[in-house]
Formats: sequence, structure tokens, C-alpha cells
Amino acid sequence: MQSNAAMEYDYSIVKLYMWTTVIFGIVGMLIGVIIASQLAWPQLNYWLGEYGTFSRLRPIHTNVVVYGFMISGIFVGFYYSAQRVLKVSMGESKLLMTLGYLQFFLYLIAASGLVISEGMGITTSKEYAQMEWPLDILIVVIWVLWGVIMFGLIGMRREKALYISMWYYVATFLGVAMLYLFNNMEVPTQLLSGGLGAWYHSVSMYAGTNDAMVQWWWGHNAVAFVFTVPIIALIYYYLPKESGQAVFSYKLSLLSFWGLMFIYLWAGGHHLLWSTVPDWVQTMASIFSVILILPSWGSAINMLLTMKGEWNQLTDNPLIKFMVLASTFYMLSTLEGPIQAVKSVNAIAHFTDWIPGHVHDGVLGWVAFMVFATLMHSAPRVFKREIYSKSLLEAQFWIQTVAVVLYFTSMWIAGITQGMMWRAVDEYGNLMYSFIDTVNVLHPYWVIRAVGGTLYFIGLLMFAWNFFMTATAGRKLETEPQFRSPMA
Amino acid sequence: MSMDELSIYLYVIGSGITVVVFYSYIVYLYRSEKHGKKDYEKYGKIALDDEIDSTPVETNPEPVNKNKE
Repeated sequence: MQSNAAMEYDYSIVKLYMWTTVIFGIVGMLIGVIIASQLAWPQLNYWLGEYGTFSRLRPIHTNVVVYGFMISGIFVGFYYSAQRVLKVSMGESKLLMTLGYLQFFLYLIAASGLVISEGMGITTSKEYAQMEWPLDILIVVIWVLWGVIMFGLIGMRREKALYISMWYYVATFLGVAMLYLFNNMEVPTQLLSGGLGAWYHSVSMYAGTNDAMVQWWWGHNAVAFVFTVPIIALIYYYLPKESGQAVFSYKLSLLSFWGLMFIYLWAGGHHLLWSTVPDWVQTMASIFSVILILPSWGSAINMLLTMKGEWNQLTDNPLIKFMVLASTFYMLSTLEGPIQAVKSVNAIAHFTDWIPGHVHDGVLGWVAFMVFATLMHSAPRVFKREIYSKSLLEAQFWIQTVAVVLYFTSMWIAGITQGMMWRAVDEYGNLMYSFIDTVNVLHPYWVIRAVGGTLYFIGLLMFAWNFFMTATAGRKLETEPQFRSPMA
Repeated sequence: MSMDELSIYLYVIGSGITVVVFYSYIVYLYRSEKHGKKDYEKYGKIALDDEIDSTPVETNPEPVNKNKE
């Protein structure tokens, strides 16, 4: 091991994931804008034959933003902050560095395979688990490599105590590993049928209702262990570090952690309310979803209280703005989700636009805002350069905030209108509206959503430019900033 | 006993156990601090003082590669 005086954290792998975050962000969200526009103007479906239809593009959108943009952003945060809270450099172990590079390049192959295969229409048709079995195996290898690196760093650490962010990273690793394996149990059809069908095709090992229950056990916990748990890991490191304020209550962070771990895993059945799964599964999922407010708000309130006495930073530091609004959106979406999981509310909300509205106030307001803050806080330390433009960051914040508000308010109104119209009956019990009646009423809200999405995408391009210029042309820094990130 | 009745009992017992477990954890955290066994809040400093050469909040007595130091 080198002497401490000459030693530095190694950000080589952080840099690689930073670029994939930006690139996948642009690709995934551009497709999001296109499919939002297709819903508002259906003729846009026919611009590229089968490859440009909503049905082909929609899984690419979800998979690229989740597994491309978000996972890359999470790996940026992990490879950056885990070294720092454990006080150990990746560069101290050649093995870990090699595994880190290997993990990144396998990730690139898997991500490219995902885009190409889904573009060609090759999919298992399971939500958030569309990848076919060869890619699933690759994902498992990538995940195992991440685990080896994580526990390798933990084994080498100088700081004995594991900071709360590490707890969340470990939970992400374990949670996704367990859920992913169970949900992707599939049988390659060619092997089983003695040569029939394509080599890459598979069918789920579960059938019917069981398949649905396992699928949504995974589906909802993808929300838990990709959209929530690792993002909490990020905010528990980045908000205190950027603000210079220790987390408000470490004890509350521990309590919220165990609460979240225990409760989240039971809530997946709320995706199947009013379907053919047993009633007790539905009730249990509904109850656990409502209880989930407690640990979620525990983390979010802990974050907001971390700014206690330092709220002035909110006005003059755009990174604090991103993170405070992220925790606020986390509170909003973790209140909204349980409300939707109440069976009587769900009877109206299920299958309506309120659901994508809920997802997007969470992912655009909470997850993506935290990913932006993660990259921009890390950039001056990684590239040893000042953030290129504070005003651009401010403008991005406001444009994207307006965008998220346009997105979810339009979807709330559209969703509730849609649900009410579907259920409306006349005095004889006949349905009052046909499907096309709802389409006509909802069209203006779909246009508003497309506008909101476009605004968010413009903000993303501003971020990409700001990040690129920070990495290549920002003013060079002599010393590493301790807390607040320097910006021009 | 019908499934409905059983599920009611299970919900009540389950909710009770959950409440007891989590409240016990809160009591455990606060009592550990009160009796000086643990100071949880000091761990919050790990994020703030995260230079590689700064003093750890709790030094790991046996890092894997300590022999090389």
C-alpha cells in the first residue's frame, strides 16, 4: 500500500459511469419525449416502420432510463462515495480496479444488447424485466462483480463504522440480487423443445397468477431497490457533504433503514389490486403500502432537517436546490403511492394515467434530480475543475421543476377523469362512455405531458452541456473543495 | 376457524409484533446512547470528514492490507 500522503481516491471508473449516465439519460429521455408525443399525436407512430411504434419504443424508454441512466448514476455515486466513507481508494487494489473495469465494459455490452434486442422486438414481455435470458445472465455477472467490489472495499476499509449510505448500497445489492433471480427464472424454449424457436427466446418458469405475483414482487421492488434505496444512499452522502451539515439524526436514519427493508418487500401486490390474485394478498399489499409512508418520510424528513439553520444555502446553491426538491418529491410520491394502493382509490386509479403520473413525479423529481446533484457535486472533485456555469444549473433546475409539475398535474387530472369516465353508468347500469370518449377528453392533458417532457429534456441537454464543459473547460482547481462545490 | 378469521388474527398479531419490534429498536438506540455504550450521532461525521488521510471516526483495527502499510 502506498503511504497515505501520496494516496488519492481513484475516480477512473466514476468517470466512465458519468459519461454513460449522460448518454443514456439523453437517449432514454428523448425516447420518452417521442412516445409522450405519440400518445398526443398518434400519426407519429408511423415515422420509422415497426421500429418507431409506441409499443416498440416504450420498453426501450423505461429500460434505458432505469438501467442506463439511473443505474449508471447510482454507480457514479457508489464508486465515488463508497471510497470516501470507507477511506479506501480503489487504486489500492489492482484486483478491484480490474474488476471495476470489467464490470463497466460488461455493463456497456449488456446495455447495448438491451437497446438492440428491444429495438428488434425481442422481449420477455415482463415489465422492467424485458431482457431475454442471455442478457439476464450477463446482468447477474455484472451484479456479482459489483458485490465483489463492494465487499472488497469494505474488507479493506480504514473507517471501521459503515456509514448509512453503505447500508443502503449493500441493501440495493442484496435486494436486487434476490428479486432479479426469482423473477427471471425462465426456460429457454429451444433447449426445452428440442430445437424449436429462436435460441434467445424463453418463457417464464411460473404460470398465470403466480407469474403475475412474482413479476410484481419484482416490479414494485425494482422501484424499491433501484428508484429508492440506492437514491437514499446518494442523498445521505451528498446532501450532508455539499451543505457541510451532518445528517440531522443518525438514529432516525437507522430506524428508517430497517423500516424500509421490512415493509417494502410486502407491498408489491398493490399492482395487482382487483385482479385474480387472492384477496388476502391484495389486502396485505395495501396495508404494507400505507405503512410504507413512515420509513419513507423518516428518511425524507431527516434530509430536510439536515438543512436546519442552513436554509440560506437553498437560495444560493443550485445543488442544494436539486437535493431539497428531490427529498420533497420523495415525500410527495411516497404519500401518493400509498394513496393509490388503498383499494377504493385503486378502483379508480388502476390502469389510468395517474399511474405514470405517480411514477414520473418520483423518477423525474426525486431520482433524476439526485442523479444530477450526484454528478455535479462529484465533477469538481473528479475532474479537479470548477462547475462550468452556475446560471445554467439554476436555469436547468427551474425549467425541469416546471416540467415535472406540468407532467404530474396533467396526469393526475387525466387519470382521475379517465377512471371516473370508465366507471360511469347511467340509470340502467349501462356504461356512459366509450373508450374514444375518454381519448377525446384526455387529449389536451397528453399534449401538456408532451410539453412537460420536452421541457425536462431541454433541461437535461443543458445539464449535459454544463457537465461536458465542466469536465473539459472548467477553471482548474488547486485544492479539492471541502463542502460547497465551486461554480462559475 | 375460517380463513377470514385467521387472517384477522394474523394481521392483529403481525401488527402488534411489528410495533413492538420497531419501538424496541428506538428504545435500544436511545438507551445505548444514554448509558454511554454508543454515540450514534458521531457517525454522521463520516460523510463530512471523508479525506483518505483524515482520522477515521472509528479506526478499523484490522484492514485487510494493513501489513503493507
